[in-house]
Amino acid sequence: MAELTRADVAHLAALARIELSDHELETMVGELGIILESVATVQNAPIADVEPMSHPMPLVNVTRPDVRRPSLTAQQALAGAPEQDQQRFSVPRILEQD
Amino acid sequence: MSRPTTEATLPFEVALASYDPVLGLEVHVELGTQTKMFCGCAAVFGGEPNAQVCPVCLGLPGALPVVNEKAVESAIRIGLALDCQIASWCRFARKNYFYPDMPKNFQTSQYDEPIAFGGHLDVELEDGSTYRVEIERAHMEEDTGKSSHVGGATGRIHGATHSLVDYNRAGIPLIEIVTKPMTGAGERAPEIARAYVATLRDLLKALGVSDVKMEQGSMRCDVNLSLMPKGSTTFGTRTETKNVNSLRSVERAVRYEVGRQAAILAAGGTITQETRHWHEDTGVTTSGREKSDADDYRYFPEPDLVPVAPSAEYVEALRATLPEPPAARRRRLQAQWGYSDLEMRDVVNAALVDLIEQTVGAGASAAGARKWWSGEIARRANDAGSDVPTLAASIGVGPAEVVELESLVTGGRLNDSMARAVWEGVLAGEGTPTVVADARGLQLVQDSGALEAAVDRVIEANPEVAQKIRDGKAQAAGALIGQVMKELKGQADAAAARELILAKLA
Amino acid sequence: MTNELITSSASELAARLAAGEISSVEVTQAHLERTAQVDPAIHAYLHVDAEGALAAARAVDARRAAGDQLSVLAGVPIAVKDVMTATGMPTTCGSKILQGWVPPYESTVVTRIKAAGMPILGKTNMDEFAMGSSTEHSAYGPTRNPWDLERIPGGSGGGSSSVLASFQAPLATGTDTGGSIRQPAAVTGTVGTKPTYGGVSRYGLVALASSLDQAGPCGRTVLDTALLHEVMAGHDPMDSTSINAPVPAVVEAARRADVSGMRIGIVRELTGSGFQAGVQQRFDEAVQHLRDAGAEVVEVSCPSFTYALAAYYLILPSEASSNLAKFDAMRFGLRVLPEGIGDPSAEQVMAATRDAGFGDEVKRRIILGTYALSSGYYDAYYGSAQKVRRLIADDFAAAFERADVLVSPTAPTTAFRFGDKLDDPMAMYLNDIATIPANLAGVPGMSLPSGLAPEDGLPVGFQILAPAMQDQRLYAVGAALEARLLHAWGAPLLACAPTLNAVGQEA
Ligand SMILES: [Mg+2]
Ligand SMILES: [Zn+2]
Repeated sequence: MAELTRADVAHLAALARIELSDHELETMVGELGIILESVATVQNAPIADVEPMSHPMPLVNVTRPDVRRPSLTAQQALAGAPEQDQQRFSVPRILEQD
Repeated sequence: MSRPTTEATLPFEVALASYDPVLGLEVHVELGTQTKMFCGCAAVFGGEPNAQVCPVCLGLPGALPVVNEKAVESAIRIGLALDCQIASWCRFARKNYFYPDMPKNFQTSQYDEPIAFGGHLDVELEDGSTYRVEIERAHMEEDTGKSSHVGGATGRIHGATHSLVDYNRAGIPLIEIVTKPMTGAGERAPEIARAYVATLRDLLKALGVSDVKMEQGSMRCDVNLSLMPKGSTTFGTRTETKNVNSLRSVERAVRYEVGRQAAILAAGGTITQETRHWHEDTGVTTSGREKSDADDYRYFPEPDLVPVAPSAEYVEALRATLPEPPAARRRRLQAQWGYSDLEMRDVVNAALVDLIEQTVGAGASAAGARKWWSGEIARRANDAGSDVPTLAASIGVGPAEVVELESLVTGGRLNDSMARAVWEGVLAGEGTPTVVADARGLQLVQDSGALEAAVDRVIEANPEVAQKIRDGKAQAAGALIGQVMKELKGQADAAAARELILAKLA
Repeated sequence: MTNELITSSASELAARLAAGEISSVEVTQAHLERTAQVDPAIHAYLHVDAEGALAAARAVDARRAAGDQLSVLAGVPIAVKDVMTATGMPTTCGSKILQGWVPPYESTVVTRIKAAGMPILGKTNMDEFAMGSSTEHSAYGPTRNPWDLERIPGGSGGGSSSVLASFQAPLATGTDTGGSIRQPAAVTGTVGTKPTYGGVSRYGLVALASSLDQAGPCGRTVLDTALLHEVMAGHDPMDSTSINAPVPAVVEAARRADVSGMRIGIVRELTGSGFQAGVQQRFDEAVQHLRDAGAEVVEVSCPSFTYALAAYYLILPSEASSNLAKFDAMRFGLRVLPEGIGDPSAEQVMAATRDAGFGDEVKRRIILGTYALSSGYYDAYYGSAQKVRRLIADDFAAAFERADVLVSPTAPTTAFRFGDKLDDPMAMYLNDIATIPANLAGVPGMSLPSGLAPEDGLPVGFQILAPAMQDQRLYAVGAALEARLLHAWGAPLLACAPTLNAVGQEA
């Protein structure tokens, strides 16, 4: 198993949008290393031809009819917003993505 | 940030002399369901901001999605119409990435288990040939909210100080339809791209699953394009051009990217794998974001939703609801109506096929239906930026009025110019054709004595013309017919007048 | 009078309320007073809603006076874990990132509790986003175990277990992703059930790991727990994973308390080495009680359980990393601007907020989950864990061929001291070794007290596991064992708990 480097953890933190301090990064590298070594044991289980299980119950086709339900009012929707303007959620400038 | 707006391009024909384009299209279609993909909020465009949201589509902690059954039905019908296989078991997946207009910071989509896969769509080209577009997959997902950028000079994302987000659109059901890479298109690539999108649009419209309005964003197109040197079979690096939102733009964007990539390759450069943006106004694409490690979407099966496993019986029942494919229907109707290719194309472009079909079905002649629906009302619809069916519906005029108008003509009450006047009155909201004709006192002269007396007066008043007709110049009768019409204030049957004149001057 | 009102079981209170001997306002007031006395020391509540609880109590008293048909637990107050949304009260999940957030909607569970006429006393403390086994990971400080204030009350539902053990509420709700109902019950001498996955709606429960989370009832007796189970459970169209079938007859099973002829399977992998001596001893005695009550005891083996902990600590962080992505400072909750940046982007604000708003354990698991799902590692980690999950479900299926229920100690040890495992995440994770397999397979489980460990005098939990949708078996076995133990002890176990102040436990 590949050892997690500090750069790896920094990359993961960026993917997860968490700004880690240098100290936090340092601690995290060590802790994650230990945890990963332990959880990697799943690969030792006899799983060669086993079907992965994503859901504990074998339900399928749970749908709802295409019928309107009441929405929140805009006031309710915006009540928890850190900032709002013109009945919209005000967010800091957005870097381009797709 | 300074951004290049122009890059070197090679003329299209020059580019194609050296390179073969490989084209791929991803089309996102907003379904016309009553409610969103995973919640009961209204799935409608626009509206008061943030008034069509709930804990689910706002991504509030604790809220859970439930699949809209109509969206699944629509997805399967689209898949069937594209000759796809329908998965007997598939799941939703989470596509994880952070973006402020995406409430949960993951999009609930489908990944390696799309509901429909492996189909095709035949598109007809201008020269009458057909190109088969292979369909990779069609899958279900949800739309994002909509941001408006504040503080930038142009309202664009760059230079903005902050953004305002409206989540009304978040969660509206989307079907993403992805083609396989299209090769061998050569110089027809731009035309094929456009024809594919147009054909797909017509098909979706015929299915009744979406209003497919590209200008309103309910149908959106991304163009993937790469070039390979002529003779090579190895695909080059591709770009993904976003925001290509009209048929004309699809064609232009393909053409532009071919020229731009060819210029880079011809100069010995390499293509950057990136997202590009299409600019309708300037007709160019500009660089967006480079593809990178950050595109690690960490897909995994959505644990809050259970698998979708449509039974074979259900799928077959949906297959039975498929409409006739639009192209086949057009061919059938053209033959049935006896229209020329040009007439049929005009009718299709004016979105008149349905209305004419209904009008003919109600008893009008095909020629009459085309004539009345593509004349005055088409001009008015065009002026209003609308289309004939919409305008007709808003006036409250339909097939019945055309049938009635035509029967007034065939029944001998109106001649053609009188009918035009009556139709104008009908479109002005003055009532049915009969009501309008009555109100305006429009009625061909039925009294043969009156017609004969008028003919006699006109012959007497125009001896030289009468002599010409006696000498065999029958075409001179037109002048006398005009006089007769004038005498009778336009309410004469021109054909009857002509017959009478020729008989009297034989 | 006051003592009796707070030490009575919920079923006793319900009977007396129904008989008109006491009012809901009296009962509710008594519990609020108890909280005012003892909770400064325990810190089980993050929010107490005295006004709301008393208003609800008055309303239910009025309805009773008017002769309305009321549900069994009408008027009995309850504490709600702070992971469940309720209108008019904050929901924080023990996290700074949600400090002060008042949700504009309500969880199905809370709606059902309110519909049953149960006054909600407040919201209970928990490990941040339910990540932990000690409540030490609450951003608002730990909850203390009423048996020993220097020890953990279990977690993540340590607030709920402690309100019960300190008589601040007769009932509480919990959620159990890997043992967060059962392990706190075990270390506080109370009862808790994790129903079959899908038995109780998850709508409005702030998700930790969607495919593992299950809400359930917490009480001081098996019957009380069953009564609350019936209130909470049942199909909910707002939760796609909710089971559309009748709720198992848990109350009836608890009342019958009959195990005669039942086959009880001891899971070989969940006993013996690794379990504290006194824990094992009380477990063995409990098994003997069940034998004496007419059950047949067999031993079963579930070899894949060896991999359960590893699979769990991949699946949970993976799902959690995605579930917790919505806490991004854009639509609700905390927004922190990064230091030293004049004009921060949304991306920078998200990252600064998530650093400041999440505690270490949450960050650790989010990063771990991000790694386990990332391209190139998915198959080795998340993918393998999902396959192990199948093996564990298969082991359960095979074991339930041989036994009607499976049993084990709930946790390997009694309550440990604060700080003992805080710096060693793996040691903390090992606490859940016996409870995790049920979450992976979706089967129901219960913990009830089986006595005090001789070496430390602290409560020991006995775990019962049943096949999916056979939750009533937990209650049949639990109630039978409880009756025998009560008979042997002469009083409920909690009568042995230290008196926290003037109020004794003479129930
Ligand atoms: Mg997509
Ligand atoms: Zn909604």
